[in-house]
Amino acid sequence: MAQGDLKRKMFVGKVASGFWSLIRGVIILGICYVILYPLIVKIPSSFMREVDMFDKTVQFVPRVLHWENYKVVWEHMKYPTAFWNSLKLTLVVSTIQLAACTFIGYGFARFKFWGQSVLFAAVVFTLVVPPQMIMIPLYLNFRYFTFFGLLPEPGINLLGSYWPFVLTALTGTGLRNGLFIYIMRQFFRGMPKGLEEAAYIDGAGPIRTFLRVMLPNAKPAMITVFLFAFVWQWNDYFFTSIYMGNAEVLPVMLEGVAFDVMKTANYISDNYRSILNNTGMVLFIAPLLILYTVLQRYFIEGVERTGIVG
Amino acid sequence: MSRFRLSKRRREALTGVFFTLPFAIGFVLFFLYPFLQSIRFSLNHLQIVSGGYVLDYVGLENYRNALLVNADFVPVFVEALGRIITDVPLVVIFSFFAANLLNQEFRGRTAARVIFFLPVILGAGIILQMEQSDYIMTQLRVASTEGGILSGAVLREFLYELRIPEATLDYVTAAVDRIPEIIRASGVQILIFLAGLQSIPRSLYEAADVEGFTAWECFWIITLPMLSPLILTNAIYTIIDSFTVMSNPLVQLVRSTAFGGGGFGLSSAMGVLYFLAISVILLAAGAIISRFVFYEE
Repeated sequence: MAQGDLKRKMFVGKVASGFWSLIRGVIILGICYVILYPLIVKIPSSFMREVDMFDKTVQFVPRVLHWENYKVVWEHMKYPTAFWNSLKLTLVVSTIQLAACTFIGYGFARFKFWGQSVLFAAVVFTLVVPPQMIMIPLYLNFRYFTFFGLLPEPGINLLGSYWPFVLTALTGTGLRNGLFIYIMRQFFRGMPKGLEEAAYIDGAGPIRTFLRVMLPNAKPAMITVFLFAFVWQWNDYFFTSIYMGNAEVLPVMLEGVAFDVMKTANYISDNYRSILNNTGMVLFIAPLLILYTVLQRYFIEGVERTGIVG
Repeated sequence: MSRFRLSKRRREALTGVFFTLPFAIGFVLFFLYPFLQSIRFSLNHLQIVSGGYVLDYVGLENYRNALLVNADFVPVFVEALGRIITDVPLVVIFSFFAANLLNQEFRGRTAARVIFFLPVILGAGIILQMEQSDYIMTQLRVASTEGGILSGAVLREFLYELRIPEATLDYVTAAVDRIPEIIRASGVQILIFLAGLQSIPRSLYEAADVEGFTAWECFWIITLPMLSPLILTNAIYTIIDSFTVMSNPLVQLVRSTAFGGGGFGLSSAMGVLYFLAISVILLAAGAIISRFVFYEE
């Protein structure tokens, strides 16, 4: 009697867990579909001709692979040049951001000093203030850069160069750098203190300890920060268009691609504009997708092990 | 002995200052100074002249223009705020749910994670901005809300039959129509919750298992309280994120006002008003949510 009862319970349990796996699978597939949907729309439509857009029998799958869009967009975006410029800018900026935020984050994590909590509140403050609010003063300060009174009056024009990015990255005040400082601080706080004490006893100074002992162990957090920094810088249109509005970098070129085509063709339809934009976006995100596929393992591991956790 | 201690502490303090000095400098030069400047600009009429700019004090005129004269600001402002109030709970709830799903063992978990975090990579900056105004996407969106099975309109009729209160009804149906946007805005939040789930000690669940608690009960007595501080973190992150994302119409308005001939002063005034609204919302959200947060110590 008791045994039959147990068997029935196990059976019910099995059915219930199988049922749950099924539901879970459906939910996850559904969410994945929603996430991938923009890509599912973009990629086929980049291969379509304008007439295919009106053809009701053409849904998602283009009738022929129409490479012409890629040729047009490739030329009008000046893709090779823009790609190279974007890559240079993004690598320089995200590497500096990574170095600076790691350095600063370590300082917050391990040393007590006067004004520490106030300064850390400032880090959080930089995250809360929308960049739109300081956009105009930043623009003007870099346009007429006097190094805050040190250079003679008209100042120099730093717009169009890397300097605005480099200066803000070096000082941990670039795009969402507060978040990176926060991530690094959390990670260093979670590392055992014994590591550094051993290094200090061996006579290493704080910088040597930081470079030799802490950095090699901080790889997962650094990969996470680097990926974030790289991706956000690559995607960034806001600061890039303010600091380097005329530069041939990908976000700026992508934004203007349809307009550029229109200038030569005089008129383009909404459909064709959209096809061009989608083609441009595919070209724009392709490098990111490749980078993400290569780094995703480290990225996900890194996030799990560093708590971005408070 | 005590002198040695003091000097050691002082040395530690100096090292700390040394490491954080870059940020302190950057904060003052590239953040605090522009921040104060922007408040000053908002009280002035700013004119670009050769070799610089001149300010002409106008008092609160820019604010008056933003609130009373400019036709776009108030509606866009109200809409942006309303959006945050509806979206933030949805994003937090969804990412909490998704993180719990992704934390379970199942086949294809790695692939699912890779896809779930994809919005972190793609749903930012220029792509998001262009997708929102894309013609094909708009057409498809319209088509799906008219004829889809899960459209808000269909659901609304169904729920109406069930005598659900009107206000709840509006919220639920609006939410259903915004599912894609909610999901795509949840990438980082899922990461944060997932990291939190991994950091809950296994022993807690083992102990609960020995005591005979079911998985359902474990969720309420262990998972939820342990993750509650992160609910606050995520709510704040979501608020900030939706305020600063490029596709936010208010962000675009502030920008186009500045560079599209509306005047730097007016744009600054809009920025200041925006910042004040964010501060109020963040403080309110912090105060409300922190009442429900459970801290271990």
